[in-house]
Amino acid sequence: MMATVPTEYGLLLAGMLFALGLIGVLVRRNIVFILMSLEIMLNATGLAFVTAGARWAQADGQVMYLFILSMAAAEVAVGLALVLKLKRQFKTLDADAASRMHG
Amino acid sequence: MNAVFYIAAAVALISTIMVITRLNAIHALLYLIVSLLAVAVIFFTLGAAFAAALEVIIYAGAIMVLFVFVVMLFNLGPSATAQESQWLSLSAWIGPAILALVLVGELAFIITRGAAIAPAAGVVEPKQVGVALYGPYLLGVELAALLLLAAMVGAYHLGREWGDEATGRRGDGATEGKRDGEKEE
Repeated sequence: MMATVPTEYGLLLAGMLFALGLIGVLVRRNIVFILMSLEIMLNATGLAFVTAGARWAQADGQVMYLFILSMAAAEVAVGLALVLKLKRQFKTLDADAASRMHG
Repeated sequence: MNAVFYIAAAVALISTIMVITRLNAIHALLYLIVSLLAVAVIFFTLGAAFAAALEVIIYAGAIMVLFVFVVMLFNLGPSATAQESQWLSLSAWIGPAILALVLVGELAFIITRGAAIAPAAGVVEPKQVGVALYGPYLLGVELAALLLLAAMVGAYHLGREWGDEATGRRGDGATEGKRDGEKEE
């Protein structure tokens, strides 16, 4: 029987994926890419929860992953509707185009 | 099992780096799907088979299809054909295909070796997850249902055409409602 995966490596991978998603949010200005990077970050968070749940063999980690999953679905639905609205109003996908409020 | 984890982790990191450095949205989406599939393999090596299945079905299946739909909606018109042929060029899909083949190889390895390499400790059965979900976490399930309902109403409201013409509104509302129904998958 081979050894199981160390918890540290799972958490390390989750942290690296989260950092990559954060870099994507900060660097990219195309709003579709910003949404994709948000998905990467949410997914990394779910990975951290599942890793911790596997460490203690408890179901709570996967339950939290399910909640993150449903939240990501809701966020994508609203976010993509906003992207369509931005494209319709400003004819661009640049997030900086909508940096001003109309008060 | 450790080797499977390390290879899947490498695939996930490489494809995620490719996601945030691509210039074309469709190319980035292909890499993002591969990244999510790699994370599903990692879930399996951690003994969370239920979470792995959900990752493939909901994340890589439903949510990514929404992204592809919206990106395709952006360029409808005469230039769409040229765009389409550019997206389907060999250089566009060869990278994601190679990374996905690595994951298929891991899948074949896991299936052929069977129970011999199944994760020993920390396996959480779907039954345990279900019992926890509808026991102590019941309030959270209700709140998730409320959140999804609010998202559906919000996406319908935002995605609707608020044009000055009042005539075409009826048909638009019908199609938007159908699309929102898919979002809730």
